[in-house]
This record gives sequence, C-alpha cells and structure tokens, in this order.
Amino acid sequence: MAGGPPKALPSTGPHSLRDMPHPLAGSSSEEAVGGDSTPSPDLLMARSFGDKDLILPNGGTPAGTSSPASSSSLLNRLQLDDDIDGETRDLFVTVDDPKKHVCTMETYITYRVTTKVGPFICYGDQASLELTEPPHLPLPEKFVVKGVVDRFSEEFVETRRKALDKFLKRITDHPVLSFNEHFNVFLTAKDLNAYKKQGIALLTRVGESVKHVTGGYKLRSRPLEFAAIGEYLDTFALKLGTIDRIAQRIIKEEIEYLVELREYGPVYSTWSALEGELAEPLEGVSACIGNCSTALEELTDDMTEDFLPVLREYILYSDSMKSVLKKRDQVQAEYEAKLEAVALRKEDRPKVPADVEKCQDRMECFNADLKADMERWQNNKRQDFRQLLMGLADKNIQYYEKCLMAWESIIPLLQEKQEPK
Amino acid sequence: MEQADPSSQRSLQPAPLEPLGGPGAVVEASVSEETAGAGREGSGVDMMTENTFWLKKIEISVSEAEKRTGRNAVNMQETYTAYLIETRSVEHTDGQSVLTDSLWRRYSEFELLRNYLLVYYPHVVVPPLPEKRAEFVWHKLSADNMDPDFVERRRIGLENFLLRVASHPILCRDKIFYLFLTQEGNWKETVNETGFQLKADSRLKALNATFRVKNPDKRFTELKHYSDELQSVISHLLRVRARVADRLYGVYKVHGNYGRVFSEWSAIEKEMGDGLQSAGHHMDVYASSIDDILEDEEHYADQLKEYLFYAEALRAVCRKHELMQYDLETAAQDLASKKQQCEELATGTVRTFSLKGMTTKLFGQETAEQREARIKVLEEQINEGEQQLKSKNLEGREFVKNAWADIERFKEQKNQDLKEALISYAIMQISMCKKGIQVWTNAKECFSKM
Repeated sequence: MAGGPPKALPSTGPHSLRDMPHPLAGSSSEEAVGGDSTPSPDLLMARSFGDKDLILPNGGTPAGTSSPASSSSLLNRLQLDDDIDGETRDLFVTVDDPKKHVCTMETYITYRVTTKVGPFICYGDQASLELTEPPHLPLPEKFVVKGVVDRFSEEFVETRRKALDKFLKRITDHPVLSFNEHFNVFLTAKDLNAYKKQGIALLTRVGESVKHVTGGYKLRSRPLEFAAIGEYLDTFALKLGTIDRIAQRIIKEEIEYLVELREYGPVYSTWSALEGELAEPLEGVSACIGNCSTALEELTDDMTEDFLPVLREYILYSDSMKSVLKKRDQVQAEYEAKLEAVALRKEDRPKVPADVEKCQDRMECFNADLKADMERWQNNKRQDFRQLLMGLADKNIQYYEKCLMAWESIIPLLQEKQEPK
Repeated sequence: MEQADPSSQRSLQPAPLEPLGGPGAVVEASVSEETAGAGREGSGVDMMTENTFWLKKIEISVSEAEKRTGRNAVNMQETYTAYLIETRSVEHTDGQSVLTDSLWRRYSEFELLRNYLLVYYPHVVVPPLPEKRAEFVWHKLSADNMDPDFVERRRIGLENFLLRVASHPILCRDKIFYLFLTQEGNWKETVNETGFQLKADSRLKALNATFRVKNPDKRFTELKHYSDELQSVISHLLRVRARVADRLYGVYKVHGNYGRVFSEWSAIEKEMGDGLQSAGHHMDVYASSIDDILEDEEHYADQLKEYLFYAEALRAVCRKHELMQYDLETAAQDLASKKQQCEELATGTVRTFSLKGMTTKLFGQETAEQREARIKVLEEQINEGEQQLKSKNLEGREFVKNAWADIERFKEQKNQDLKEALISYAIMQISMCKKGIQVWTNAKECFSKM
C-alpha cells in the first residue's frame, strides 16, 4: 500500500473488449445493459383488468414496508473475511440506542455510535474513497417509503440501526478506510447530537475534499479490466433491481391471496353450522385453511424482513463500488494530466518530477486496492447470495410443509364414519 | 358420482328393455349396488325385491360434444353444441358391453326432459342440470358457452345428470326418460304430447301459496329454510374460491419472472452462472404448474355447483307441499263456509253477510221453494266438497310421505357426495404442496451449487 519504486504503467489504451479476457465472467459480456426490455409474453400476466408489465411494476417504490433486516450472517461473513486476511483489528464500532427527535423544522432519528479503540496507528491522509451514505440523515434516499405508517417506524428505525451498524463495521474492517481521518473524526466527536449538522457537513466535506483533490480531470479511457468491472456492476445492479421488483410483486400477490383465504376459510364454518353429518368435516376444512393462511403470513413476513433488505443492501453496495471505480478514474486522469504537462515542459524530460511520481504511485495503489477489493467483494457476493437464495427456497419449503401437514391431518377426519343424526 | 373420473361408466341393473305402454309406464331399470349415493334405505320404492328379474346392466355415457349449426324455431341460423349419448347393455356373465343405443341431444332437450320430470314427479328431488351459462369464473376461465373447456365440463355434467336420473329408484322407470336415451327423432313431440306444460303449477299460484298457507308441515318449512341457506353459503363459497384461484394464479405466474432474470444474471457471472441458470428453470416449472392445479380444482367447483342447484330442487318439493297444503286449506275453508250458509238458510238466521240476504231485505223475502232449492244445491256442493277434501287430504298425506322418503334418500346421497368432494379437494391440496416442496427443493440445490 505504501509507495514503492515506481512501476511501469499497466498497458491501457483502446483495446477491443473481445480481446481482453473478462476478469469476472466466463461468458461473453455481450449482455446488454438494457436486458429488461423484452419480456416474454407467457411470463407476463396479460390480465383483462390491465396489469402492467411485471418486469417494471409501479415505479421503484416498495409495495410493502421496510422491516428489520436480519443480516447478521452478512456481518459475520465480513468480519470473518478480514480475520482471514490477517489484519489486526483494533477498532470496534457498534450502532445502537436510536432516539427520535422532534423539532420545528424536521423530525429525525439519531443513533449512538460506540467505539472501542486499541492502539491506534494512523497512516496519514488516505482520503481517496468517498463515503457514499451519510449515516446521519433521517431517511436514506433509496428507501423513501411513501407515507410511512407510524406503527412501522419502530421496525424501520431498527432496520436503519442495523444498516448503519453494518455500514460502520464495514468501514472499520476495511484495511484502508478504517484509517480514514474523517472517519476517525466522525467516531471521536464527543456529542453526536450537538454535532448532528456538523456530522453531515463532515461527511459532505469528505466528499468535497475528495472532489477537491481529484476533481477537474477528465479521463480519456478507462482500462479494459476496469471498464469490465464497471459494466459488470451496472448489469449486476440492474438485475438485482429487477429481482427486487419481482420479489415485491410476489409479496404483494401473496398478501392479496392471503386476504382471500381469510374470507374463504370461514365460509366453510358457516356452512358447517347448517349441516349435521357434514358439520365436522366442513369445520375441519375451515381450520385447515386457517392454518395455511397463517403459514402464508409467516412466509410474506419472512420475505419482507429477511429477503428484501439484504437484496437492497447489495444494490447499495454495488453502487458504492461504482463510486470507487469513478474515483479511480479521477486518480488516473490526474496522473495522466500531470504526465502530459510534464511532457510539454521539455527541460524536465530526463527525470520525472516528484509529484508526478507520487501521482503514479497513488494511481497504482488505487488500482491494486480496487482489484483486491473487487475480488473480496465478489467472494462475499457469491457466498451472500448463495445463502440468501437458499434461505428463500427454505422459507418456501417450510411454507408448503406446514400446509401439507395441515391437509394431511384432516384426511382421517374427512374419512371418518359419522354417527347419522 | 365423482366428476373426477368423467369417462367412468356407471352400471345399472335394469330389466330387459321391454316395449312399454303409454305415458306413465316405467322402464324396468333399477339401482345397482355399485352406484354411489343412491341410498335405498329411505326410498319409497322397494327395489330390492325386483332384483331377481334383472338380467343385464346398462351403462350410460355422454361421450362426445360437437359443434353444429342448424335452423331454430324461428328459422334462423344458429350454432349449438350437440352431445352424443351412448347406452350400453352389459352382459352379466362376462362383463362385455354392447352398444344398444346412440343418439345426439342438445342442452335444450335435456332441459325439456328435466322440466317434464319436475311436473310428473313433484315429490322427487330431481337432479339438476349443469349450469346453462358459465358462472363464478375467474379471469382465466372463459364465460363463453362455446369455449372448449366449458363444453367439456358441461359434457361431464350432463353425463352426471343422466346417471343420477338412471340411478334414482323412481325416475329411472320413466318412459320419457327411456325414450330420451333411445329415440332420437320425434322425442320432443312425444314429450309435448304428454301435455306436461299444462299440468305445471303456475309460478304465481306457488308464490301465493307460500305466503298464505297456514299450516304447512314443519319439516318442509325447515327444509326450505335449509335449502335457502345452503344456496347462499355455496354461492358465497364458489365466489370466494374463484377469487382465491385468481390470486393463486398470480402468485405462481410472477415467479416465472425469476426464471428470466436468473437466466440473464447468470450470463454475467462466472461461478454462480450454472446454479442460477438451473434454478431459473425450476422457477419456470413452478410457474407453469399452476395451470393443471387449477384445472383440477374446477372439478371440485363443479361438484359444489351441483349441490348449489340441488338446493333449488329441494325448494321445489317444499313449494309443492305448500301449494297442496294451501289447496287443502282453501278447500276446507270453502266447505266450512258452504256448510255455514246451508245452516243459515235452514235456520233462517243470517249471521254472515250475503248478497242474497241483502237483496232479500231490499226486494222482499224469497219463497220457501226458492230457499229449499238453494239448500239442495248447497247440500250437493257440500257433499262434493267433502269428497274432494277427503281425496285432497289423502293426496297431501301421500305426497308428504313420498316426498319425505326421497328427501331422506337425498340427504344420504348429499352427505356422501360432499364428503367425497372434500376428500378429493384435500388430496388436490396435498398434491399441490408436494409439488411446491419438490420444486423449491430442486431450486435450493441449484442455489447451493452457486
């Protein structure tokens, strides 16, 4: 990470995508970014009462409401990874104690950030990565829930708390970020409440400082491998977005199915009251449908609480990686600009000036870090999604098993010979 | 009579099919041991003793449906569906069946047959026909009468109707029913010649009776109440079930989108690609599995519908009782008032208002001969009235006895049929759950390989 002897620049320049092996995917990256455009007709529900394209249902707003994310496994994964890397962790961060504040202009929620700091080594100014998510704002942009219903606000606060906790832990675990000066300031400020507005400013300043340092330089062309990463991230986020919408739609349909079931079951009870010999069988069917309804409700709750939030985390996660990619571009652009400037000043040609060298170092560091980060990210992603999707399958299996049990248990009741009334 | 096995051919134990006399003579057919739901314990007609005369069995099936065009009564072109009815007699010894009759009938002819049976057997809970128009449809089903699925379900329903009639201890003996199965041409004329339409009670009369009857048999009142409630609850059930089916369809179909997006996603992945791709395939399988599941459920809905329509048949029997009872009460009242008039004339006291009394007052007393003549007429009328009352009473009691016997038979049948329907519904649900577990287990395995 520290600067070593100046290395040769990796060969960049306009190569055809096809010549360069894609670092991330085995298959060709011809997948267009706009892959959502042509839905196959038999997968859509062409309803007479005008349901729209399932791929793009009503905007991006979640149909349900947010609930706490149980992404502790994700956390564990992150921490485990860093231990494997052999980093010595001396900084521990937790986010808890949410408090609601009502002011004249706004209502907001604050969280307490607790740090346990061991022997602390500062590596100097490494303000090269932008913190994308200002944790102190009351509502994250991506998660605007239209008309937040009061009774959910507790769960929502908890979701945020967990997300913030994770977010800060991630920074803590990051080999480079955790030593970020601004991050440290953020952590050590005495009274977070008092510094609330300053907190925002702090992070904005981080962002600003980044822009200041690297702003104003235009990158001519992104090297192939990074271009590939960028494209991958774009498509990945797009697909995740689609999956999110599908999942939301499924939950919506399941909830509507649940509503009907809750009316359906009791009708058997009503009928049972009219009958003699059939009374018990009908009542049994009613109870059975009731059990299935409960199982379905549990499924939709699980989906909302466990599945969706993690999905959305990953969309944000990939967005933050894209920002890092952009910063990398900036660094490279700066270097190239400086190099060009030097090339024009003929007297310095035999030796490369110190600041240009520094720039080159920075760029190479950045590139190496980014590639390492990306690899780590890919590993995490693979494990996380394996677990997430297996969990999804599990929840559905459990739902069906509950229903199966309910129906199998009433077969003997239905077959029973009743005493004629 | 499960609808789940449409091509099953029910066996009857009939007699040799002898030539028949005039209307009212019966086909020598009877209930076989194997036909479900034909309880014999409460039946008014004891069939068991006649079993020894049966040599052959009859099987009835509605095997085909065909679109036809023809000219209707007003000579206009119309398209309708005709159904092929095949009757087979089965040799008792070797079980081979021989086709004895085969003809085509359309729905309206079934209706004619049923209306005839309703008039001639008012004490019987006459089996209902499948619905004329598709009701309780959810969005995937067509409400069009010409839709092949609707036609198919109707074919099954019509077969079921014939089997119900053929296995009813009283109805199976009807000649018109026999001719329906055997005589293609001219059958309509034969039915109409019975003049049954004229014998039918007018709606108005029936409605009037319902409101004004004073002393109906309590059991019938209760039964009518029950059939009203049954109709209401089954309608509600069918409506909600249709909505449930609609929603369930939606849930399954949306999962198909997973298939597509997993496939697209797998294209940009290295190690995860295969797992995603194959999981996506399972999502497609899941999404398409709902079609068969819901088709099976339609059979269940049809079984419920039959009993929805049976409720109407129950009500018809109750109405007939009310009509007869009202008739009886009116006749009794009539007789009572005539007796009173007679008495007044004889004794000379006028307790009730009469026009004659008024005019007598106004225009002078009638002569003794005139009075005698009137008394004589009244006495004749009273005699007649008493005879009529006696026979009406008898009729009424016969009706109650026979009707109640058939109602008991019906109750047994209903309980058994509906229990079987519920069992088959539960089995359908179990099968659906097992399929769901299978698909998601497969998908989980694919995910584990990511």
